[in-house]
Amino acid sequence: MKKIEAIIKPFKLDDVKEALNEIGIKGMTISEVKGYGRQKGHKEIYRGAEYVVDFIPKVKLEIIVEAEQVEQVITKIRDAAQTGKIGDGKIFVLPVEEVVRVRTGERGKDAI
Amino acid sequence: MNSADTAFMMIATALVMLMTPGLALFYGGLVRSKNVLSTIMQSFVCLGLISILWVIFGYSLSFGPDIGGFIGGLDHLWLKGVGLEPSPYADTIPGLIFCAFQLMFAIITPALITGAFAERMKFSAFMIFTTLWATFVYFPVCHWVWGGGWLGNMGALDFAGGTVIHINSGAAALVTAMFLGKRRGYGKEAFHPHNLPMTILGAGILWFGWFGFNAGSALSAGKTAALAFFTTQIATGAALLSWTFAEWIFQKKPTTLGAASGAVAGLVAITPAAGFVGPIPAVIIGGVAGIVCYMAVLLKVKLGYDDALDVVGVHGIGGLWGALATGLFASTFWNPDGANGLFFGNPHQFVVQAIGAFAAIGYSMVVTYIILKITDLVVGVRVDEEQEVQGLDLTQHSEMGYSL
Repeated sequence: MKKIEAIIKPFKLDDVKEALNEIGIKGMTISEVKGYGRQKGHKEIYRGAEYVVDFIPKVKLEIIVEAEQVEQVITKIRDAAQTGKIGDGKIFVLPVEEVVRVRTGERGKDAI
Repeated sequence: MNSADTAFMMIATALVMLMTPGLALFYGGLVRSKNVLSTIMQSFVCLGLISILWVIFGYSLSFGPDIGGFIGGLDHLWLKGVGLEPSPYADTIPGLIFCAFQLMFAIITPALITGAFAERMKFSAFMIFTTLWATFVYFPVCHWVWGGGWLGNMGALDFAGGTVIHINSGAAALVTAMFLGKRRGYGKEAFHPHNLPMTILGAGILWFGWFGFNAGSALSAGKTAALAFFTTQIATGAALLSWTFAEWIFQKKPTTLGAASGAVAGLVAITPAAGFVGPIPAVIIGGVAGIVCYMAVLLKVKLGYDDALDVVGVHGIGGLWGALATGLFASTFWNPDGANGLFFGNPHQFVVQAIGAFAAIGYSMVVTYIILKITDLVVGVRVDEEQEVQGLDLTQHSEMGYSL
């Protein structure tokens, strides 16, 4: 099992969610986060003075999938979240040792 | 006595009163959220403090019998002799209404200065400073221009307080900003305004109240009030646009704060001229004010002092331009009781305007410095570092503006 963490632009969240629904991804966790990469921050102007804001708002998705689904999920997220402009985000894949469903106690694949 | 004038002046007085809470919102939105209440308080408390000083001796020092052209006498202590009969200053309204109208001006002037030392002055120091400043700077300068003092006698034109209020507070702002020093982190971290919609609302209330400020300065509901009302609107509109476009050109984006700042700059600049100039000069005065004040604010960054909310750039420079412009554009065609300016064949008026403006700047700066020195010796003007980081709302007032 793998955990996929994707940092995307907030306005792309709905597109990504729909794309993942199409391939049967049943659940995900999202959070509003802030950060920057090569894009750096943006500029704000107050009375002629410019301030650079380092951290810009993003959305982070966390999805647990079986290993064989990883490539498909990555492709779907990438296609849906891409605008071609700087700051589109990143996708990370992490190993997951165990999953437990709290309600039933199911483990592993059944608990996803 | 005239009922129409009396009714008009009561409404104008109430409009000017509303400017001070408007200013509190304007300034309050521009500071960081940890200082919103302390900033609002510094304006709001003036409604109490100055009202009481005014009753005890303020009106008398401003409008009492002239002593050497410099200050009013003490004949009207506790408003002795000020009542329901007209005063020598306005012969168609009760003396108390004239007194109340002038009180509103005395309230907002020290409140304007607070933008310069925002986010770092002790409340106790602020109260002492404001009491002394009103007494030794505002009341005398008010007397010079309107109370029978030397500037008024020399023929200086100041319709609604360009010199008395804006140049005076702007000069004091420069001194206080330099005396207190920069806010901790100034130039290294960004100080974002925490609530710009509040600032825009405050600017709108200021604009609304300014009709009372300028039109009311005619002291009667007649032609001159109509002129001042109209010039106020169009000069302000022109300044709003010119600041916005200047920013659009130089910073690539038009901002709401720029629009609001431009409007205030226009209001300031037209103030001394409002009842003396025609509509076209009003547009020019406003249009130039938006650009000149914008440049002055940019220059601040280069000069390196921390006038937190740009009182010097907007009120000092805007007021100076307005006072000088009055000497350029004043015309007896529009106000037979005024004078002609340089462009209408009377260069003398321009010289008089310049003397008035620079006399106010010099006096205000020197006396403000002495008052700050005294205040610093008595209680210390600046909060300590830990309190400044924590914010003045909690450390000075034990309150928070927001619990979200």
